[in-house]
Amino acid sequence: MLALTFDVGNIWLDSLLGLVTMVLLMTLVVLMLIYVERKVAARMQMRLGPMRVGPHGTLQTLADAIKLVGKEDLRPASANRWVFELAPFAIFVPAFMAFVVIPFTRDWVVAFLDLGLLYIIAVGGLSFIGFLMAGWASDNKYALLGAMRAAAQLVSYEIPMVLALLSIAMVTGTLNLTSIVGFQDKVPLIVWQPLAFYIFLVATLAELERQPFDIPTAESEVVGGPFIEYSGIRWSMFMLASYANLFIYSLLGSAVFLGGWEWPFGSDAGLWLQILLTVLKTSFLILLFIWIRFTLPRLRIDQLMSYCWKVLVPLGFLQVLINGFVLVYEWPDGLLLPFSGAGLLLAGYITYKAVRVEPRSLRMVPKPATATAPPPSVPAPAELS
Amino acid sequence: MIQEHALDTVDINVNMGPQHPSTHGVFRMVLTIDGERVVDVEPHIGYMHRGGEKLSETMDYRQAIGYQDRTDYLAQFQNEQAYCMAVEKLIGIEVPERAEYIRVILCELNRITSHMMFVGAFGIDLGIFGTTFTYAFRERERIQDIFEEVSGERLMYGYFRPGGVVWDLPDNFVQRVREVLPQTRQGLKDLDTLLTDNEIFVARSRGVGAISGEDAINWGLTGPMLRASGVPWDLRKDKPYSIYDRFAFEIPVGQFGDVYDRYLVRMEEMRQSIRIVEDALEQLPEGPILPEKMPRKLRGPVAEVYACVEGARGEYGIYIVSKSGDKPYRLKIRSPSFCNLSALRAITIGNYVADAVAILGSIDIVLCDVDR
Repeated sequence: MLALTFDVGNIWLDSLLGLVTMVLLMTLVVLMLIYVERKVAARMQMRLGPMRVGPHGTLQTLADAIKLVGKEDLRPASANRWVFELAPFAIFVPAFMAFVVIPFTRDWVVAFLDLGLLYIIAVGGLSFIGFLMAGWASDNKYALLGAMRAAAQLVSYEIPMVLALLSIAMVTGTLNLTSIVGFQDKVPLIVWQPLAFYIFLVATLAELERQPFDIPTAESEVVGGPFIEYSGIRWSMFMLASYANLFIYSLLGSAVFLGGWEWPFGSDAGLWLQILLTVLKTSFLILLFIWIRFTLPRLRIDQLMSYCWKVLVPLGFLQVLINGFVLVYEWPDGLLLPFSGAGLLLAGYITYKAVRVEPRSLRMVPKPATATAPPPSVPAPAELS
Repeated sequence: MIQEHALDTVDINVNMGPQHPSTHGVFRMVLTIDGERVVDVEPHIGYMHRGGEKLSETMDYRQAIGYQDRTDYLAQFQNEQAYCMAVEKLIGIEVPERAEYIRVILCELNRITSHMMFVGAFGIDLGIFGTTFTYAFRERERIQDIFEEVSGERLMYGYFRPGGVVWDLPDNFVQRVREVLPQTRQGLKDLDTLLTDNEIFVARSRGVGAISGEDAINWGLTGPMLRASGVPWDLRKDKPYSIYDRFAFEIPVGQFGDVYDRYLVRMEEMRQSIRIVEDALEQLPEGPILPEKMPRKLRGPVAEVYACVEGARGEYGIYIVSKSGDKPYRLKIRSPSFCNLSALRAITIGNYVADAVAILGSIDIVLCDVDR
């Protein structure tokens, strides 16, 4: 049984129906995601979150969407008209294209594609063009800054992402996502490839531009970055794409690393159990991303880049190298875990060494309160640490 | 130039503010940036100028108290105290014991609320999506409620008077403050785990925007900015006013004068303020809150006085020139935010754009205090 495909006889009508269903489904998921994020964030911040529209504010995002659709579609006078108006699509369409190959259950996938993983990487890499278009066409310096940051960040983090997924392809021997999930019927791949999972997680955070990597859209620096001049429906398309990406990358992570619909207790999980497992694993990743978003400060652009090039990329190659040795020399597969685990520890150690510095303490001066205090002594400037 | 060298890069000007989420009000800096590097900063102030000094000269000494609240709207009690001290010095009024204690308690609580505001806003500057803000505001709100109960106002208290305070504390004041202080301590611990030990926070703030002790003195910096640079200068100790000589507290002093030190100093100052408030509650005497013989109309002699307090941001001073009569001839406010802001250009140039935001946040300016 294939969900999201229709069979009315006319191939164009079939595709159209499939498309409409997919877009509607995606929009619904995004509306739910935004609501969940707002509620979880509110919970973490001792607030209530949306409460007014609908029971417990469940219709708040719908109301927001209606408001956004009703808003005037503004375009700055000095903006480049076509690029400005096409930019939302350049971000929006790849997000939905990636959705096509992601499997929900064993049989539910829009398109069985043997190159599914490669396709996702290729399509995911397109979205930065949209950021550049939006930033350049807006004729706004904040937007330009944000676009340049987005380009640098997205292109850099493609590489560790690809390396992490490549190591998975090496282990499973396939690029078909359904087969990759099927490979994990006993043990999910996160057990064999913890290092790859870590790299994937960090790279995903960067690809999604969520804290601590929300540098392109940093609210307190570039005030929304490439989206600064957008309003109404075009702005909501950016938001839709951003949350759709969150959903897609979480689905991808759950399929590739957490075993998707498979679980270790027998491979004959029924349809509903399969759906439940997929939803649970995806929600786990989504909640993890939300949790990180509302806890961590933002990195600076140089720190972000150096972490990518100096830590993640070498470790990604290390993971590929480990897999290569184990597979080519036909060492026992069990070695993957200790090697990759050691790599993960190395990643942790490097990260720790990079960011951890000696805790700094203040000098406490117990001074007598006296009006005839001597002029303050000027200490020699200390060496910065 | 561009035609000659087609691939030359050009520095661009970015107009940050007056409407920008992290300029803490209507501050505007024109950043000249080379990629992500800040080449030059040109601060523009004055968007919030309301002529507070001039207005204070047009009304008598009691009426002008309300205008002092409106300069540094996060440390109102300290402004009121500086103003009242100046008037008392001018006219020669003795403040009763109990009033002094009330003033110290409220000023120190006010320091906590002000620094809490800093911590919350600073977290947002560094990119935490509001979590520090809500946590800091929980602590701030508890104290704010006490202020409301004491003065009847949440923002512009107008509670101090030359000679004392306007009315006595509510009955359960001591008990309520005693209940709140442990919660504030716990809140500081929460913020420590959220920010102080956070690796990304440390990586973002350490070594950024450092200023040496000597430079800090030359720029005329005061308050936490100065102490973070290693200069143990605190008016509560060095020019003791009110009854600060009766309390045991220490001055936290940083070593490097960078953004992280400024943050640490403020966190520690809050703990010291809690100590002071606890001591003061212990010693709070009974008695009158205004002198027995207050003149109905305050008239100053021909004189010039300067009174200053250690505000949450530094030395907040009031300079009054009186040519007799019930109004000051000239009233000058020495506002800490204005002087601290003067160092912005020196410590921002050469850093990243993201650091410029962090540095501005660490100066902890209040625009109403800068422009008056």
